[in-house]
Amino acid sequence: MAHSVYPAVTHTDPSGQTKKDFASDVDPRWCPGCGDYSILAQVQKVLPGLGIPKENYVFVSGIGCSSRFPYYMDTYGIHSIHGRGPAFATGIKSQRPDLSVWLITGDGDGLSIGGNHFIHLMRRNVDVNVLLFNNRIYGLTKGQYSPTSQLGTKAKSTPMGSIDYPLDPIHVALGAGATFVARTLDTHLKHLPEILKRGAEHKGTSFIEIYQNCPIFNDGEFVQLTDKTRREDTTLELEHGKPMRFGKQREKGIVLDGSLNPQVVDVAEVGEDRLMVFDETNEMCSLVVSRLTGPDVPTPIGVMRAVERPTYEHLLNEQLTTAGHAAGKGVQDLLNQGKWVVT
Amino acid sequence: MEKGHYRKMDKAVQTVETVAIRFAGDSGDGMQLTGTQFSDTTALAGNDLATFPDFPAEIRAPAGSLAGVSGFQINFSSVAVHTPGDQPDVLVAMNPAALRVNLPDLRHGGILIANSEQFTKKNLKRAGYEANPLEDGTLKNYRVFSADITGMTLKSIEELRLNTRAAVRCKNFFALGLVYWLYNRDMAHTEGWINNKFKEPLLAQANLRALRAGYNFGETTEMFEQHYEVQRAQIEPGVYRSITGNEALGLGFLAAAELSGLGLFLGSYPITPASDILHFLARHKGLGVRTFQAEDEIAAACAAIGAAYAGGLALTTTSGPGLALKAEAIGLAHILEVPLVIVDVQRGGPSTGLPTKTEQADLMQALFGRNGEAPVPVVAPQSAGDCFYTAIEACRIAIRYMTPVLLLSDGYIANSSEPWPIPDMSKIPPIDVQFRTDPEGYMPYQRDKRGARPWAIPGVPGLEHRIGGLEKEDLTGDISYDPQNHERMVKLRSEKVMNVAADLPPTEVFGDESGTLVVGWGSTFGAIRAGVQQMRARGHKIAHVHLRHLHPFKRDLSDVIGRYERVLVPELNNGQLVKLLRSAFLVDAVSLPKIEGQPYKEREIVEALATHLEAN
Repeated sequence: MAHSVYPAVTHTDPSGQTKKDFASDVDPRWCPGCGDYSILAQVQKVLPGLGIPKENYVFVSGIGCSSRFPYYMDTYGIHSIHGRGPAFATGIKSQRPDLSVWLITGDGDGLSIGGNHFIHLMRRNVDVNVLLFNNRIYGLTKGQYSPTSQLGTKAKSTPMGSIDYPLDPIHVALGAGATFVARTLDTHLKHLPEILKRGAEHKGTSFIEIYQNCPIFNDGEFVQLTDKTRREDTTLELEHGKPMRFGKQREKGIVLDGSLNPQVVDVAEVGEDRLMVFDETNEMCSLVVSRLTGPDVPTPIGVMRAVERPTYEHLLNEQLTTAGHAAGKGVQDLLNQGKWVVT
Repeated sequence: MEKGHYRKMDKAVQTVETVAIRFAGDSGDGMQLTGTQFSDTTALAGNDLATFPDFPAEIRAPAGSLAGVSGFQINFSSVAVHTPGDQPDVLVAMNPAALRVNLPDLRHGGILIANSEQFTKKNLKRAGYEANPLEDGTLKNYRVFSADITGMTLKSIEELRLNTRAAVRCKNFFALGLVYWLYNRDMAHTEGWINNKFKEPLLAQANLRALRAGYNFGETTEMFEQHYEVQRAQIEPGVYRSITGNEALGLGFLAAAELSGLGLFLGSYPITPASDILHFLARHKGLGVRTFQAEDEIAAACAAIGAAYAGGLALTTTSGPGLALKAEAIGLAHILEVPLVIVDVQRGGPSTGLPTKTEQADLMQALFGRNGEAPVPVVAPQSAGDCFYTAIEACRIAIRYMTPVLLLSDGYIANSSEPWPIPDMSKIPPIDVQFRTDPEGYMPYQRDKRGARPWAIPGVPGLEHRIGGLEKEDLTGDISYDPQNHERMVKLRSEKVMNVAADLPPTEVFGDESGTLVVGWGSTFGAIRAGVQQMRARGHKIAHVHLRHLHPFKRDLSDVIGRYERVLVPELNNGQLVKLLRSAFLVDAVSLPKIEGQPYKEREIVEALATHLEAN
């Protein structure tokens, strides 16, 4: 019968953890001005407050600039191979549901080479926190267009402009059945940590798209959203159960027309009770919000979807219990099935 | 008729030593089931046996077509058998296509049982026969027993009023009953199986009746003047069961989990002929195994590596095309230095190749199919039952040396079965696992005397560390691009893998100490051993070494090979092991390749050896 060889440990008291505990002794080697620095700092700030012992965090990544992230965290971590991070995370979480697993990926790693694993992670609802750094360009391979680059992007591999339509990560996540979908901005220092915290607290795959500036190959891609003088007019912060308003004075709002098309209106003109009320548990609501794109409408940020569904690792480990794991049966019983004796 | 009551047997019984029977029919005719039932019953009767299922890749090729013929061969004997038999003594052909495909193998003078009902104009044409071979005299070299198996089946169960489709499906049990009579076998095992299998009482009744009707037909028909008996074999006393290679692998991994105290994790993507390992382990979650059917081969391997990092006994199972897809992940496991077992149940290649046929052509891929310097230990079982022990050994090496290990099975041993002495778990040495817990002086890539690094799993305070696919600094594991460090690390990892040979027992040599040495590996064991025995009986000085360890080789192999004047290497590929032997030992080894998607036959081995030993 099986004996356990796993170490019995006394966990660190998480209440005493600070941001400093999560910084490894390796200096980050991202380019000066890279959005990744800000995201790293915010993650290191949020983790100590989640009530999880430091040794229970595992950071997994694939390949790309963002995927260097685990090296800078003083936690357990795997810098794996290109695009396959979700599969490693699934293996870790399935085997060890007690761990807090984080997946760091980018628009190339997560949506191009790893697109398959990305959607399957979310449809299974493995309890992994996915941070997708979307800079709409390939950085580490030095400036080719990515699957989220705007049509016509002129990059090293597309000197005449890209001719394939971009993928919208939020839409892909919703289509894959993700139970938590959110978007935030690398330098929005109030919004980013709030979303990280909510994602961490969600049971199931938490998908967080972070618009991230690449100062070398795609500088200013999101400046209209991150520039503090403009961002209240260009972004819409989603709030569950609240009418959808934005603008410096929150003077503008969103209504749905008869064909379910979102339209920007003047709140004073139409009245607040005509505005669309955002419901993060309503799939239609999430889909409508995910289609808010273009120059005439604000870009929604915040939690776009949050629903509860049993996680993959929970169902898997429940099957082990149902099948009678720990009921005392051993391999010898199985070996003996169908036996006969030769005398 | 009550169970166990058959008509009195009064026909003559002739005792024979060894018989090979092939059941052949359409892929929907239940020939694999029929063959398995006959095998199990034969094992219970105390014969030694070996089986060989041979089926098409199509689930249901067009009825009556040559492409849809499915066969199952069993060789059973009162003496030891090594192979499923070269030429069947009995062929059961359920339709003209089965006859056409299999007749060339039937021994001259052998018994042919044909289901005459299926020999219609249409079916004959589909099988490419101009005239009915049962009637035109072309089968005069065989003892032909042509009977309306379908009609007699339907008649035997007509009062149960089953629909015709369901009733016709019982005909394989009629054929089985007939062959049971022919070889004087007890039907209790199959009767029990039917009662257990068919939850619908009417279907159970129908199949039981068809089985007994077939048996009684043999007894009463004037076609058969006598039947046969194969005496019990002199088998070592003990507790036995029947086992296939894929079952033995599944059991071996469960055993390794129990022996190590680790939780087993299997990441897999369905692929022929490896899927049965996934099916088997998925049925045994009660033993704590987590099975994960991944979205593709790559994810299957990567999830397993994740589970290994988290402290699981991690496994991924596949066949050749899947191994190609897993290559990058295996390279990562090599540089991470985590324990992982990769099973490749080889099939005919390249590309999709021959999915349901056997081959040994992934040896080079297993050894070298990765970017960079990424050696991994490679082991291969030699028989269905040996898969159990090879699985345990692969896990033991993976854990002891913190390395991925490749296990090369193949389609032949995966599906073939043999009687197998059941191992006693209490007699198998436990697998020692030492997780690192002490943070004092911990360095992720500090090595023990074997060259293995410590296994430190998440959740242990003070051992937080990052590992990845980038080259690592010796000891610390930090990223390093230092030229000297890279060379040192490549050599350290390679030496560690070579150290596996330090634990291995000396090479076992069967036969003479000089003369000709036949070197094989994997599933060809039975045919080579039997062939070498025959050549020794003819007076040749010849020996057989069968390699379980393809990388690293055992340390004494060089000396062993050096004792012989001539080295012959039969393999089911275009000469792969022979290249390794030539390169490792500078020996003028000669390749004896077979690349037909079929196992080596004893006769073919003998002929190939004779060509070299008896020429001029």
